[in-house]
Amino acid sequence: MVAPVNRRPGHSRRAQYGTFFGYLLAIGGLGIGVLLLASGGDDSSAAQAARNGAADITAPAAELAAAGRSEGQGLLAVIGGYLTRGSRVARLEREVAEARVKLAEQAALAEENARLKALLGLAQGEVRPVATARLIGSSSSSTRRFATISAGSRQGVRPGMAVRAPTGVIGRVLEVGDNTARVLLITDTESTVPVRRATDGIQAYAVGNGDGTLKIRLATTGINPLRKGDAIVTSGSGGLFRPGEALAVIVSLTPDGAIARPLSDPGATEFVIVEPIYDESTAQAATAADGGR
Amino acid sequence: MPSPLVSPITDFVRGIGKPGINRGPSTLLAVALPLLLVMAGSLSPTWPVIAAAPVMPPLGFILLLAWQHLRPGLFPVWAGLPLGLFDDLFSGQPLGSAVLLWSLAMILLDILEVRFPWRGVVQNWLVGGAIITGYVLLSAQLAGGLDLPLLLPQIALSILAYPLAARLVGAVDRLRLIPIRKY
Repeated sequence: MVAPVNRRPGHSRRAQYGTFFGYLLAIGGLGIGVLLLASGGDDSSAAQAARNGAADITAPAAELAAAGRSEGQGLLAVIGGYLTRGSRVARLEREVAEARVKLAEQAALAEENARLKALLGLAQGEVRPVATARLIGSSSSSTRRFATISAGSRQGVRPGMAVRAPTGVIGRVLEVGDNTARVLLITDTESTVPVRRATDGIQAYAVGNGDGTLKIRLATTGINPLRKGDAIVTSGSGGLFRPGEALAVIVSLTPDGAIARPLSDPGATEFVIVEPIYDESTAQAATAADGGR
Repeated sequence: MPSPLVSPITDFVRGIGKPGINRGPSTLLAVALPLLLVMAGSLSPTWPVIAAAPVMPPLGFILLLAWQHLRPGLFPVWAGLPLGLFDDLFSGQPLGSAVLLWSLAMILLDILEVRFPWRGVVQNWLVGGAIITGYVLLSAQLAGGLDLPLLLPQIALSILAYPLAARLVGAVDRLRLIPIRKY
């Protein structure tokens, strides 16, 4: 369709000025974009307030959508379950038999653990979650990996708190609005989580790859001791994440570390819990050291 | 001859959208619907998709592109500034990224419009695909890291989404110009 654009608006002074200022404003838009990017306005309190205000406004609709998402996934799972039920029943029965043996062993271990802890006089404190929230959105088209949860400062959420799904840690709170909070997912390229191997405590860092996987970087150099299938848990250094929380499983090895897949899939999660900061003083020192990020 | 019981309603329903000598499109709908559609596209991060990798097409931008192709001049050249700012609030990109890139795209489209006033579907898709690819790559660059293999699925999806967005825009354009106002 050919343009009805009036680029030569004739003798009308008003129309000529309109066109002129339109182009001026468009080029001004370019300049404003460059200025916003260059001034680091992304971290300024005004930008955060605007973003969190916008998230607060859209939160009720997003919560409805989140409920719909989990129901839709449940429906697909039911349909898929019908198609594969024979082989799945066989596999599940085998797994249950194996799990019974493991359970007996675990019971013995738990008893021993309790005995040893009593011996040491350690208090076995249960973590009280700050809030339970819905995962209501994620940056699905940007390369940054953020999610929005439906709990904010009114529910007691503060920046730095760990966010976890039933299957493991998914990220930490970055910015807080009144009723929503922005979560930096562990798969974001700017996210670094101190971790250790579950079995022997080899220290490493889990850095996000941006594509749903994690890069495991060993804290020490030398022979790569990691193996495929190793479980990675948080180590608690840095003070933000509680030690020993399940995080990821290694899927492939690289020369200086490994690639791991997170145990929790934010897309399959509807509810998450926000946990208090593990060690306030260490966390403050650490965040002050790396500029609040 | 319709039954006298239902005729008031059927007449009203039949009257919707029919051009007449005393009817015209509502100004509010004609102006607001394109804006609302682009803003709804920008809200796609709050849709029920929680993604582990960037896969969703930048819907707000694609819809803006489709509007510019269907109705050049409907949005002023400077529309990239406010609409981009709105997109930045939700997209997770650093603030200013969409303001810059949307303004750039609007100016580019305006130049193309003058150069090629008559365009076909294929040409629109080619231009749209090229601009979307550039947009995704530059967005990733501004967000702090260009990783091409990671972006390829999103680029492919976005290019495939363009004709669908154009169809949607076409449908909304018809809705927008329904003559419902009586003079």
